[in-house]
Amino acid sequence: MLLEIAVKVAAVLAAFLVLPLVVGQTEHKLMAHMQGRLGPMHAGGFHGWAQLIADGVKFAQKEDLVPDAADKPVFKLAPAVALLPYLLVVLFIPLGPGDLVGSALDMGLFVVVALVGVGVLAVLMAGWSSANKYTLVGALRGAAQLMAYELPLVLAAASVAVAAGTLSLPAIVEAWNLWWLLWQAPAALVFFTAGLAEIRRPPFDAPVADSELVFGYLTEYAGLRFALLLLAEYVGIVVVSALTVVLFLGGWKGPGPEALGWLWTLLKTGALAAVVIWLRVAWPRLRVDQIQALCWKGLVPIALAQLVLTTAVALAL
Amino acid sequence: MDTSGLGDYATFGVLLLAGFAFVAAAMAANAVLRPSAPSAAKGATYECGVDPVGKDWAQVQIRYYVYAFLFVLFAVEAVFLFPWAAVFRAFGTAAAVEMGLFVGVLALGLAYAWRKGVLRWR
Repeated sequence: MLLEIAVKVAAVLAAFLVLPLVVGQTEHKLMAHMQGRLGPMHAGGFHGWAQLIADGVKFAQKEDLVPDAADKPVFKLAPAVALLPYLLVVLFIPLGPGDLVGSALDMGLFVVVALVGVGVLAVLMAGWSSANKYTLVGALRGAAQLMAYELPLVLAAASVAVAAGTLSLPAIVEAWNLWWLLWQAPAALVFFTAGLAEIRRPPFDAPVADSELVFGYLTEYAGLRFALLLLAEYVGIVVVSALTVVLFLGGWKGPGPEALGWLWTLLKTGALAAVVIWLRVAWPRLRVDQIQALCWKGLVPIALAQLVLTTAVALAL
Repeated sequence: MDTSGLGDYATFGVLLLAGFAFVAAAMAANAVLRPSAPSAAKGATYECGVDPVGKDWAQVQIRYYVYAFLFVLFAVEAVFLFPWAAVFRAFGTAAAVEMGLFVGVLALGLAYAWRKGVLRWR
């Protein structure tokens, strides 16, 4: 029992530390090639593979700056509050069938959605405690955005719960079949879009908007605390991609033996993470009012309609 | 594979502690490695390199408040949706119709807010 817990915690921590770095390095390279340049080429020798490790070492040596005007305990705690919910979500994501999951809790989906919702707290803590105009405006934009997109996210997740008749993430993958790709397509689109807004990735990056708000609610952060907040963004990419895969794209299901299912989960998650990176290159930032309009006039009505459709079809089947 | 036993919550708790330990260890390593040379300029509020103007107070418009209200309208619904989704097959049509009414009322609320112009950014 104790050994099992230790193994699971170690595995989740390893995934939590390695996968975001892989996504980050891929982002460096993919963005560079989409923009007709090379990206990092020196650190580590071969195509700059060690760039992010070098960045980490640099961040660890940086002076710890806390503004004099800041609310210091809140300011210092915010990076942990931003990071840890995503770490805990990783525990519930099934990598493959059977025991390849940190925790097969019956209400896994509910817990995961609740944990993703903690993000708004970290944004408000960071922005408010910094005692800076830019961070405050960024934090309020972020809070409005995260709260609004929470709704389509939850409604789309509920649609999957109705379709599968369970809240357990491994059981949802078990219940999944190809026909869901059509039946749950609107929910999948809504979930992925809302997830993108939840992690404040472009085109939903108005809360950090570097050309208008310096760096939004992160303006006053420096050194390792800034690095931890950035890490939270990249863990967020992994978590949102993986959740979309588990809920809508069949998780470990795919051609080949089931023993290789974990490979499918990783491949699908990687493909979605590449889409997240691609959107950053290809899309201009949405305005604050456009962000709210897309949510309330677009995603929420679609998600509600999907919920009705899912229920009707589930009854008919 | 036991589901929803105490073990799942134990793993969750241990992982939460491990997460805090990770952040603490990172900050401890930072404390050993970093220089410390505080100055008044470093502690000043950052406003693009010029001296900060006024206090940390900024005017924020009321529209954020309206969206927060709209959120509360829906937030409670989500709590009821999940347990309902888990059991609705056992109850069949009756449960589906009840939830249809519930969602219908919410959709009506959203339509009302939309019609009243609450969703227009002014």
